[in-house]
Amino acid sequence: MELNNLYQSLNLILPEIVLSISLVVLVLADLIFHKDKRLIPYIAGIGIAITGAFVINQFNVSGFGFQSSTQTMRNYGLIAVDSFGVFFKLIVIASSILIVFFSSSSGEINKIKGRIGEYYALIYGMILGMFFMIIATDLILIYLSLELLSLSSYVLAGFTKLRDRNSEASLKYLLYGAVSSGIMLFGISIIYGITGSTNLYIINSLIQGPHINLFTLSFSVILILVGIGYKISSAPFHFWTPDVYEGAPITITAFLSVASKAAGFALLIRFVKTTFVSYIDAEGVWALINVFDWQSILIAISILTMTLGNFSALWQNNLKRMLAYSSIAHAGYILLGLVVFTNQGLLAILIYFVFYLLMNLGAFLVVMLIANKTNSEEIDDYDGLGYTSPLIGVSFAIFLISLTGLPPTAGFIGKLYLFIALVDAKMIVVAVIALLNSVVSLYYYVRVLKHMYLTKATDYTPQIIPSFGNKILLLILVIPILVFGIYFEPIINLAKNSLVILGL
Amino acid sequence: MLQVGLAHFLVVSAILFSLGIYGIITRKNAVMVLMGLELILNAANINFVAFSKYGNLGINGQIVALFVIILAAAEAAIALAIVLNVYKTFANVNVDEINNLKD
Repeated sequence: MELNNLYQSLNLILPEIVLSISLVVLVLADLIFHKDKRLIPYIAGIGIAITGAFVINQFNVSGFGFQSSTQTMRNYGLIAVDSFGVFFKLIVIASSILIVFFSSSSGEINKIKGRIGEYYALIYGMILGMFFMIIATDLILIYLSLELLSLSSYVLAGFTKLRDRNSEASLKYLLYGAVSSGIMLFGISIIYGITGSTNLYIINSLIQGPHINLFTLSFSVILILVGIGYKISSAPFHFWTPDVYEGAPITITAFLSVASKAAGFALLIRFVKTTFVSYIDAEGVWALINVFDWQSILIAISILTMTLGNFSALWQNNLKRMLAYSSIAHAGYILLGLVVFTNQGLLAILIYFVFYLLMNLGAFLVVMLIANKTNSEEIDDYDGLGYTSPLIGVSFAIFLISLTGLPPTAGFIGKLYLFIALVDAKMIVVAVIALLNSVVSLYYYVRVLKHMYLTKATDYTPQIIPSFGNKILLLILVIPILVFGIYFEPIINLAKNSLVILGL
Repeated sequence: MLQVGLAHFLVVSAILFSLGIYGIITRKNAVMVLMGLELILNAANINFVAFSKYGNLGINGQIVALFVIILAAAEAAIALAIVLNVYKTFANVNVDEINNLKD
C-alpha cells in the first residue's frame, strides 16, 4: 500500500527525475571529455529539452505526491502537481534553453571554456531548485528548494572571476540571500509551533479555526515573506539586485531576472493561495481567511517596488544596472496581478510572464552582443550604434518599447490584462499609479534609443555583426513580440488552461 | 525545583536570533556576518526541536532540524569558498570596503 503510494508519487516528479539524471550525465561527460569541451553545451541543451518534453507531457496530470501516512489528513503531500505549476515550469525550461544558447556565444563564458561543465551543472542545480519551488506545498520543501536555487546561483554570480565585480556580486548575493533565508526559516519554525505542521493545506484548515494567536501568526508570515520577497526582488528586499545583476556574468543576470523570478512568483502565489484562501467563488474571486491582511500589505509592497525601481533606473548609465532596476519595477507590476485575489489577476500574471520572458531575455541578448564587441555596458558606448548595426538597433528598440508597454508589442497586451484585472477589482487608484509608473519608465528606455539613433556614428563607432546563429536567436525573440502584440489569442488560451492550483 | 518548559527554550532561541541579527548588522568582517547567520539558523533549530518535544508533534520537528543542520553545513562551505575568492581579489574581507558597484 505504502509502496504503491510512493510509486505514484515518483510518477508525478518525472521531470525532476529526468533532470537529475541529465545532471549526472552532464557531470560524467565533463569528466570523460576533459580535454575537449565542445560537446558539453549540446549535452546540456539536450538534457533540458528532454526535461521540457516530460514537463509538457505532464500538462493534464494533477495530484498530490508523497503523502504522509501518520497525518490525520493524509490526502495532502509534500508536492502538488497542477497546470499552474506546469505553466511556470515551461517558462523556466524556455528561459534555460535560451540561456544555453546565450552562453555558447557569450564572450565572458567563452573565456572560461575549461570550466564550462561546472557552469552548466550549476545551472542544472538552479533549474532543479526552481522546479521543486514551483510544486512544493510543504514549508520544509519550500525552504530546501529555495536554498538549492540560491546556493547554485551564489556560485554562478561570481563564476567567471574575470573582473573584481564578479566576486563582489557573489559576496553580496550570498550575504543578502543567506540572511533572508535564515529569517524565513525562523518564521517557518514559529508557524510549526503554532499549527503543529509544516504542510500548507493543514495550516490552511487550522488557521480557519478559532484558536490562533493572530499576532504570532502575522509575525511569522512576515518573516516568511522576507525570504520570498528577496527571491522576487521586491522592495524593501531589493538592495542586492542592482549590484548582483551588474556584477554577474550577463547570461546569469538574464537567467536570474526571468527564471528565478518566475519561480519566486510561483512560490509566492501558491503559498498565499493554498494557505490563506478559504474558497473561490463562481466568479473566480478568492476569499481570504480573515487572519492576515495580505491585500493591503501586497499593495504597499507592489507600489513601493515599482516606484523605487522606475525612479532609480532614471539615473543609471550602465545598461545592466538599468535593466536590473527595470526588472525590479516589473516585479512590482506583476505583484499587482496577485493583489486583486481573483482568477483574472492570476491569468494576467501568467500572460505577463510569457511576454516578460521574451522581451527581457531579448534586451539582455542585445546588451550581451554589444558587450562581446565593445567590452562595455556603458550607455555612452551605444552612441550611433543604430546606424552602424541596424539589426541590433531595431531589435533593441522593439524590446525596449515592449518593456515600456506600448502597442503594437506584446508588452502592451501584458500590461493591458493587468490593468483590466485591477479595474475589474475596483482598484482604480492603484491602476492609475501603475500607469504613471509606466510613463516614468518610458524616459529611461527611450534614453537608450536616443543614444543609439540621435547621435551620429563616428569612425570609432564599432560595427556589430551578429553571427548567423545569433541573428536567428534575435529573430526568435523579436518576431513573437510583434506577433503576440496583435494576435495574442494562443497565449491567452494557454494561460486560461493553466489556472488550476490544487487546493481545498 | 525549577521545571524546564517550552518557554525557556523559546526565550533562548529568541535571544540567539536577536544576537544573530545584531551580529549581522554590526560586524564588518564577512566571516563574522556568516557566524551571525549560523546563530539565526540554530535559533530556528532550537524552536523546531522544542516545539516537537513539548507539543507532542511526533518526530517531524527533529527531522527538520537535521535537514537544517546539513543545509547550514553546505551553505557554510559555499560561503567560505566565496569569501576566500573575495579575499584573493580585494585582499580583505571587510564588507564595507568591498563596494565598487555603486551608482
